[in-house]
Amino acid sequence: MGPWELAWRRLKRNRVAMASLAVFFVLVGCCLAAPLYAEHVAGRGPTSTNATGTIKVDGKKTFVVTPDGTPIGPGFRKQYFLGADSLGRDVMVRLLYGGRNSLFVGFMAALITAALAVATGLAAGYFGGWTDRIISNGNDILWSFPVLLFAIALGTALALGGLNIGPISVQGDSLWIPIIIIGVVYIPYFGRPIRGQVLSLREKEFVDAAVAQGMGSTRIMFGEILPNLMSTILVFGTLIIANNILLEAALSFLGAGIQPPEPSWGGLISDGVNQIYTSPHLSLVPGVAIVIAVLSLNVFGDGLRDALDPRAKVRLR
Amino acid sequence: MSTPGPATGIAKGERLLRVEDLEVAFTTEEGVVQAVDGVSFELSAGEVLAVVGESGSGKSVTAMTLMGLTRSPNARFSGTAHYKDQELVNASEDELRRVRGAEIAMIFQDPMTSLNPVLKIGDQIAEQIQEHQALPDAQARERTIELLERVGIPRARDRLDSYPFEFSGGMRQRVMIALALSCDPSVLIADEPTTALDVTIQAQILQRIHELREETGAGVILVTHDLGVVADIADRIAVMYAGRIIEEGTLDQIFYDPQHPYTWGLLGSITRVDKPRPERLPAIRGLPPSLANRPEGCHFRPRCPHEFPKCTEVPPLESRVEGQPNHRDRCWLPVDEKREKREVRPGEIGLPDKEEAPAA
Amino acid sequence: MRFTVRRLLNMLFVLWAVSVLTFLIFMVMPGGGDEQAALRIAGRNANEAQVQTVKKEWGLDDPIYAQYADMMKKVFTGDLISYVNQVNVREEIVRGIPRTASLVIGAGIIWLFFGVVFGVLSAVYAGRFTDRALNVLALVGISLPVFWVGLVLLYYLTDRIALFPPGGYTELGDDPVDWAYHLILPWFALSILFIGFYSRVLRSNVLDISSEDYVRTARAKGLSERRILIRHTLRNALIPIVTLFGLDFGAALGGGAILTESVFGLQGVGQYAAESIGRLDLPPIMGVVLFGAFFIVLLNAIVDILYAFLDPRIRLQ
Repeated sequence: MGPWELAWRRLKRNRVAMASLAVFFVLVGCCLAAPLYAEHVAGRGPTSTNATGTIKVDGKKTFVVTPDGTPIGPGFRKQYFLGADSLGRDVMVRLLYGGRNSLFVGFMAALITAALAVATGLAAGYFGGWTDRIISNGNDILWSFPVLLFAIALGTALALGGLNIGPISVQGDSLWIPIIIIGVVYIPYFGRPIRGQVLSLREKEFVDAAVAQGMGSTRIMFGEILPNLMSTILVFGTLIIANNILLEAALSFLGAGIQPPEPSWGGLISDGVNQIYTSPHLSLVPGVAIVIAVLSLNVFGDGLRDALDPRAKVRLR
Repeated sequence: MSTPGPATGIAKGERLLRVEDLEVAFTTEEGVVQAVDGVSFELSAGEVLAVVGESGSGKSVTAMTLMGLTRSPNARFSGTAHYKDQELVNASEDELRRVRGAEIAMIFQDPMTSLNPVLKIGDQIAEQIQEHQALPDAQARERTIELLERVGIPRARDRLDSYPFEFSGGMRQRVMIALALSCDPSVLIADEPTTALDVTIQAQILQRIHELREETGAGVILVTHDLGVVADIADRIAVMYAGRIIEEGTLDQIFYDPQHPYTWGLLGSITRVDKPRPERLPAIRGLPPSLANRPEGCHFRPRCPHEFPKCTEVPPLESRVEGQPNHRDRCWLPVDEKREKREVRPGEIGLPDKEEAPAA
Repeated sequence: MRFTVRRLLNMLFVLWAVSVLTFLIFMVMPGGGDEQAALRIAGRNANEAQVQTVKKEWGLDDPIYAQYADMMKKVFTGDLISYVNQVNVREEIVRGIPRTASLVIGAGIIWLFFGVVFGVLSAVYAGRFTDRALNVLALVGISLPVFWVGLVLLYYLTDRIALFPPGGYTELGDDPVDWAYHLILPWFALSILFIGFYSRVLRSNVLDISSEDYVRTARAKGLSERRILIRHTLRNALIPIVTLFGLDFGAALGGGAILTESVFGLQGVGQYAAESIGRLDLPPIMGVVLFGAFFIVLLNAIVDILYAFLDPRIRLQ
């Protein structure tokens, strides 16, 4: 039985981790179904306001937002299932759409981080010399910025004017801005362990054998070394997605992430801050969604790491 | 405390260790691994018992179990091991702690990793001394210097404050030996003490162990996979295979009158400078069995060119040679057949090559 | 000694690189020429006259390296002024430092202590109930968004039950007890994430080291388990924690505390940054980013020097 089948079997036996993964997929599924929910259940989109409207609660006509500005709270009904915000928007709908955005950003950013970290880690570790020195020093400098501050710096700078490098031109309020920012910010974090592993893999005999066969560098890096990095990539990848969701929430909360009016979980929390005492559900509920997403990923990531770890559980004292 | 002398409390020839039917099993993902399967032996003061076998034979686990170093949630033990009148296998942690270092001491295989990298070696030795004897710091320091000099470390007084990485492999092993001797133990267990060292250093270390045995009268268990290493210093040899002792006897008996095919294989695979070069390096064909799934009967059976039907019954470890009551083995073959089959070439003991395997 | 000097020189180099990077991020990268740059610095709601003033004062018509020199001059002479509210950036930062320091130092002590204690407990009782329970807590801890935790605490512990004051800050000099009283909830919010993370790292380190050969040697010496744990295992396991703590502490001091400060209204450097971000007010953001990066690099260097002190292998190369 190959090491992958063995790991997969071990993973399947870990019921907590599998349940966690299921929870995450359910969450993603719900968010993807946002348009369906908006159309068939709530009857309104994420940005449609209703500050002066009324709905029927227990047969009685109630204001969606009372004249003194208090929006309706959560309740078991099709419209405003999680209540409304001060502009009369449906919180549940915004939560699902926000989830789509936040999860999309988190995932795409992770792809960027993984791709660039693996590429630079492979190059630095395999070629060594100047390539390594430039890449490693670059990583060190990037890493000297506190992740949050760096992301904020990029976020604010780019939110104003968008990104214009040569042929690439991205609008300031596009989702791709936070994706690129979050993707870039974590490259050193991911790249360093990859480089370390490549360094030790490079010394192994199968690489010598490949060189002796006359394989070119690119083929060796991608055909021989990369497959051995897969388990590190998988485990780190899961962690990075989880961290990205948290980072994106923080950025959006501060206003340097996903720009309004696009909803995002962090943005929803910040919308509700001023009414935390009168309408706590506005800020508290999106946080619960974040915690569910991140926690399920972390638990699954733990299980994944245990399953892929070749170290036997037997430890002689 | 300046002249080395016999370890306190033992008389020459006194029986120090008696192991009876020791069994050690570990539960792992792949099932139950029976590392040690009914091992019994004795050790007397002043003698060197060499425990020889391949990796996975159970020799290290046996040695470490004597000091309780294999205890873990997934380990199961049965049998007994008596050090003087203290039973070790079922002893409490407190009882074991009193024995460790003070009565039974161990020299580990890899000196590079067996010393704490961030503590000075002087401190590491003094630590053991002060655990068992309440000495003031200055005295413990003096004793440490004495020990280091005794194992042949130059400028011991200066090196007290050095860290392990500042020593070479051979020097580090000497530090380990000094550590082991620091409380005058009656039993010294050396687990592959030279495997991680250069060949040239090997001889020196073994010589040291030999001399120390003479000086202190301690009993030594030397665990190794290399029969060549034991030829100079062992008094008795126990050969282990797949968790069992398959032959034990004196040095001469094992080297000149070996009774078990595995022993013949081991002897045959020692490269000799005084004989003509063989065409191929002799090796025992096949691989050792998985300890989770061992063959029925004699564990060596699948690799043995001399196996016959009775081998599916477990051969008990007993003396089968007339006049050699302490020479025991686990092979069903009659003694005269053994003496005949073990000579692959005149005067040379070993196992026949695959092509030469006899019919039957 | 030579090591220290080399490290400090390296630190200066990295600081310089960071300043260049900051410059690139804010002035060069978004592109759009000097008109755009002037607009960014002047702020979203600037009028034409202000934009022109900015253009002149910042020399945005000059070549890039002149602009860089100019920016650095402004930073060092404390001449960075926000165009949105005419406040001097350096003064604001200096005013906020004691508040940020109170928050971060207090939280740092708490998270280091509990992180280590929980980590050791988890390792010592590995596999048993204590370990499992602590692991669950740790996983939850690292999955919580800091700002949301703050909001939850505010709502439940200052409003529903008025156990703590709802944010705000009292000077240490005025009333130490009240000072601490106001900081308890922020300290807790900020430490939760780190406690979870540190206890997991420490648990992993302790378990790894427990299976090292030299721990086996220590046991063979007849030492008590407690002595082995403290003098051998922890002595080695804590070394990487020192590095980690230095980095995290620097990052928190440098700006990681932004979220906690904003939520609890502590008016420290972090909150100043947050407010400026909300207004997309560039000069203060630049100032805070440089300030933050400075602390990180400083603590990085301190940590490296400390590490050499603790690990003789590095010291005596």
